[in-house]
Amino acid sequence: MDLKLDHHSEDNLTIVDVEGEIDVYTAPRLRELLIDLVNKGNFHLLVNMEKVDFLDSTGLGVLVGGLKRVRAHDGSLELVCTQERILKIFRITGLTKVFGIYASVDEAKEAHGRDK
Amino acid sequence: MATVELTFSALPAHVRTARLVATAIARRTGVSEALLDEVRLAVGEACSRAVEAHRVHCPGEPIVIELRDDSGRFEVTVTDVAPSEDLQQPVIPADGALVPEMPGLGIAVIAGLADDVEVSSGAKGMRIRMSWPASPNGVAAV
Repeated sequence: MDLKLDHHSEDNLTIVDVEGEIDVYTAPRLRELLIDLVNKGNFHLLVNMEKVDFLDSTGLGVLVGGLKRVRAHDGSLELVCTQERILKIFRITGLTKVFGIYASVDEAKEAHGRDK
Repeated sequence: MATVELTFSALPAHVRTARLVATAIARRTGVSEALLDEVRLAVGEACSRAVEAHRVHCPGEPIVIELRDDSGRFEVTVTDVAPSEDLQQPVIPADGALVPEMPGLGIAVIAGLADDVEVSSGAKGMRIRMSWPASPNGVAAV
């Protein structure tokens, strides 16, 4: 399956919906979207990965790159993910300590609201 | 011992094909369903790393992946011919399409996924061999 990307803003948060496979072939598209969003002043990003079928280290690198970019603007990049096979790669690489990972968009929005 | 050998050009689009082939053969070899996601991810990581290295050093050379049914183990070997001394250094290909944000992460992921991994590298390329348990009669345990 190819990669489908969509995004919309709610209050001060930009939600990026990702569907499909994030790998060495498709990850550049996600990176371009994240860079574009940051360049347009969206510094609080929530990447919804609930419909992601596959994620490899290239995709992790893109997410880490996005996190570095938003942090340069005192922003945030957090994730929505409950799939064990996706969470496993975050655990293997220790990135569960780097990203805020939530079980739902609503849960992340609530946490974001508290942090604002 | 049965072997399937796949040779592909160093294009990111082919990595998905390699993953699909490896997963299909792993299933047929008798790797349990619970391990198939690990096989798919580890093979994808090894092939992605090889593709990125070839695109920097030798884009015209193919990458070789061998898949073996070896006495109760499913073994995968990914071989490239790109010099691998500078793998940990960020590399910027001419088209700028594949700049890794965290070089070297792929190997760490493979080490975390396969219970048997052997990485040998040098000036003539890198070889990543990894294996998983498989049922001897080639029928995956359910």
